[in-house]
Amino acid sequence: MTPEAVIFYVFAAVTVLSAGVVVLARSLIYSAFALLFTFFGVAGLYVLLGADFLAATQLLVYVGGILVLLLFGVMLTHKLYDLDLRSEVTQFLPGLIIAVGLFLILTVTAFRTQWNVGPGRAPAPTTREIGQLFLGQFLLPFEAASILLLVALLGAAMIVRRSKEA
Amino acid sequence: MIQVEHYLVVSAALFSLGVLGILTRRNAVNVLMGIELVLNSANINLVAFSRYGEGNLSGQLFAVFVIVIAAAEVAVALAIVLTLYRLRRSPNLDEADILKG
Repeated sequence: MTPEAVIFYVFAAVTVLSAGVVVLARSLIYSAFALLFTFFGVAGLYVLLGADFLAATQLLVYVGGILVLLLFGVMLTHKLYDLDLRSEVTQFLPGLIIAVGLFLILTVTAFRTQWNVGPGRAPAPTTREIGQLFLGQFLLPFEAASILLLVALLGAAMIVRRSKEA
Repeated sequence: MIQVEHYLVVSAALFSLGVLGILTRRNAVNVLMGIELVLNSANINLVAFSRYGEGNLSGQLFAVFVIVIAAAEVAVALAIVLTLYRLRRSPNLDEADILKG
């Protein structure tokens, strides 16, 4: 096995196993911390794919932002003395059948399809090119995304605000 | 040699686990974690095809937009979950049946 293959399998195993813990753990806190390792594994896969800027963004936004928000959500939706933070599972068998079926269908499709694999992109620094694309060809989606973030921020603040009459 | 199919299988596993989490968990925050797994699996696909496809960076740019949408989504979704918790004193989704006639 080449070193690339070894690194790939390590990161893939970290990602998939910790994702399994996220889904199957009894405790919400365990799920949240397993999600941390999933995000790290995905960032490792990005590095392996030559997406250095995206790996850094993944760590900053997902680990630094989204995971902390989810932990806030865990803490705020439970009473503080309720230490075990259990999360119940319902309709496990139908869900398992659907998930396994989906996985099999997607895997068969992945191997049966003749993908349009081109010359590919050799690993090279991407930050400069991504910045030029964002301020050139993709300027309108970039601005739309920033407005979306502003609207989501204001909307979230409006939704959780306590109304005066309540 | 690692091919694009390897990444597709990892992404399929992540997607299926996310769907399993969305379908089987009662706690709303746990369902949100499942949604994050699904979004991450889509991102792996986009970046893998950016690497092995035509060799341009469009896939990585799409992945950046997906991360932006995920951040906006989790902020609004947690606001809704907190409001629901304040109303029902429970984070479980099947108890949010106020609209049921």
